[in-house]
Amino acid sequence: MSGSGEARATDRERIDLAAEFAQSGVGPVLQQLDDELVGLAPVKQRIREIAALLLVDRVRSKFGLGAQAPTLHMSFTGNPGTGKTTVAARMAEILHKLGYVRRGHLVAVTRDDLVGQYIGHTAPKTKEVLKKAMGGVLFIDEAYYLYRQENERDYGQESIEILLQVMENNRDDLVVILAGYADKMDRFFHSNPGFRSRVAHHIDFPDYADSDLMSIGEKMLASLNYTLSPEARLALGEYISLRRTQPLFANARSIRNALDRARLRQANRLFAAGDPELTLDALTTIEADDIRQSRVFRQPVTSA
Amino acid sequence: MRITQGCFSFLPDLTDDQILTQVQYCLDHGWAVNLEFTDDPHPRNTYWEMWGLPMFDIPDAKGVLLELESCRKIYGDRYIRLSAFDSSHGWESVRISFIVNRPKNEEGFRLDRSEAQGRVQRYATRAYATDRPEGKRYE
Repeated sequence: MSGSGEARATDRERIDLAAEFAQSGVGPVLQQLDDELVGLAPVKQRIREIAALLLVDRVRSKFGLGAQAPTLHMSFTGNPGTGKTTVAARMAEILHKLGYVRRGHLVAVTRDDLVGQYIGHTAPKTKEVLKKAMGGVLFIDEAYYLYRQENERDYGQESIEILLQVMENNRDDLVVILAGYADKMDRFFHSNPGFRSRVAHHIDFPDYADSDLMSIGEKMLASLNYTLSPEARLALGEYISLRRTQPLFANARSIRNALDRARLRQANRLFAAGDPELTLDALTTIEADDIRQSRVFRQPVTSA
Repeated sequence: MRITQGCFSFLPDLTDDQILTQVQYCLDHGWAVNLEFTDDPHPRNTYWEMWGLPMFDIPDAKGVLLELESCRKIYGDRYIRLSAFDSSHGWESVRISFIVNRPKNEEGFRLDRSEAQGRVQRYATRAYATDRPEGKRYE
């Protein structure tokens, strides 16, 4: 073991991990994550592990044990609307608070920000993005579009090579998060084994349960200063289970869209009623009717 | 002859770590950091070639250092300087400028004297390097 002499000098000492935890300021970050994000158990678990490693590394360094910054590049896979982008934005903040990235800003890009239109255009474009992302988190949404199998002259490959190089050489400077739908990402990793090995954390975002979607909806409304009436809550519950069976269901995104439309209907209802004495209650409450007018309820029940 | 100009010219060359700290200071103040290179280091030559565009939208100094590294890769045999421009009202000028790369052999300057009318003597300094064509001066 290296540095054993130094370690021996202090090996009688006890370090209080709990005190260390309280001092690091990680606790509130994790608590906030728990409070603000519904469901997503695997994601929270992984973040907790990363935070734990940081703490243990700090304590180890007090004993003179070397600690190398872990590789933190991640891949988020999951169905539409499972919170990949939301978590990525949060991740930048968390990693910053944990002290893994210096600035904690998020640079979100897609293929067209990285890949150029003609020969020699791609490398400067990709480098420009990487430059901006230094010290923060680079989030590549729908990363599988970078690689186009059907066109071997596609410039995406060039971008991938630069990315891989920077991911390897500047591990301390930036964290790259790739996101996309599970099956397409699998194919992407399969054709780019370099990526797979450089990404340390493959996190799968599970679909939300109905109850999760319900509380997500309530949180969304609460942040906009709306409340659901008890009947509306029931209606939303039904809406969620019905919507799930229909095509193009996008988890939390579907709920957000549904609630946006409910707000439109509520506004229209208030307007149509022409009540001269609107109460605050009326303005902030979404009624069952606002939700039940949705197309989802009118769809014939054909499929089993 | 070791050429000195700009800030810190009385100090040994800054290490990359020190450059990083300086650049971060510039970025934190919202200055646009710019890289320039030349192989004509005459003190009156203020027009150095720009390496890319000034970097004003980068939050972290490491991004600038990436550019510096790629500039060194190609023009490592020339002088490279880093400057930061403050565009805020009332300043609108370069706030800091220092040399971040220099050729291995710096030949220095020759002092030319020429006689003019009467007893007037005129002086000119000329870099030995500029005797050779551009691009071959510090090979």
